Amino acid sequence: MTGSLNMVGYGLAAIGPGVGIGLIFAAYINGVARQPEARNVLQGIAILGFALAEALAIIGIGLAFAL
Amino acid sequence: MSTHLLAAEGSGFQSPGPGDFEFPPIFGEGTFVTKPMLIIVLMTLVVAVFFYLSARRAAAVPGRLQFVGENVYGFVRNQIAVDAIGREGLRFVPYLATLFVFIVALNISGIIPFLQFPATSRIAIPLFLAVISWVIYNFVGIRRQGLVGYFRNMMFPSGIPWPVYILLSPIELVSTVLIRPLTLTLRLTFNMFAGHLVLLLFVLGGEFLVFEKGGVVGIAAGSVSLLGSIVLTFFEGFVQILQAYVFVLLTALYIGGALVEEH
Repeated sequence: MTGSLNMVGYGLAAIGPGVGIGLIFAAYINGVARQPEARNVLQGIAILGFALAEALAIIGIGLAFAL
Repeated sequence: MSTHLLAAEGSGFQSPGPGDFEFPPIFGEGTFVTKPMLIIVLMTLVVAVFFYLSARRAAAVPGRLQFVGENVYGFVRNQIAVDAIGREGLRFVPYLATLFVFIVALNISGIIPFLQFPATSRIAIPLFLAVISWVIYNFVGIRRQGLVGYFRNMMFPSGIPWPVYILLSPIELVSTVLIRPLTLTLRLTFNMFAGHLVLLLFVLGGEFLVFEKGGVVGIAAGSVSLLGSIVLTFFEGFVQILQAYVFVLLTALYIGGALVEEH
């Protein structure tokens, strides 16, 4: 088997943002379930948090290819 | 079985990589027009014609095209600009709406047959868009609060015990000046990059398994891969629109943050 260790490292590095994004959407679903009329407000916040957490994974994949 | 498959792939299958994002000039050696450039020009024309036609005969009872155009514009206006910036955000709606539609068009070219390449996966385009956003929110902030006031509000927000500033101020400065445009760029670029790579892997891998490896196992696994690529195409479309939304939302939030006098 051939390949780059970078990709294994990226796989490990993606665990963190994966857990983070899961927590964000779990909180979002919880919030909407408890108060459905707050959906519109929560949606923007959830997607913002998702984008910020995702940035870590994205920087990771960038470095995995660049290094 | 999976190791067996992988070993067989290693012998003949060239897995897609960053090299698939480099295109040769279309009109032979010496010219500089490549496929991403053509996609950008084409999509710019499509966006321009779309907005022109949808706004040309604006009627009180909108036609079909006008309805679509107004909905897109209204979405950016109400869901992004007003929500993130407030009433003042109405000034920025033209830029934000143009940005949104342009990014959506360039992203979605990744799943349009025959184009099938998201032009935003080349880093130059998101970088340029992020630089425009960076200039706008810094300019707006400096004009509103003054040069000193802008940096003071950014680096030394009030209501915090002073030792925290030692840690907070450099972080805020680097974040606003450097990290924000960088993450805007990288997020869009590598989302499109990774999405396109996964699609390539599913389609090319499935094609290899079905037509070149063959056999019961090859055809079964390849069919699953090819069917999965269809599902992934729709997922990619969703991600492409979501990322355009995220880019515009973050731009609006940065502008909104620069407009606020006190944090």
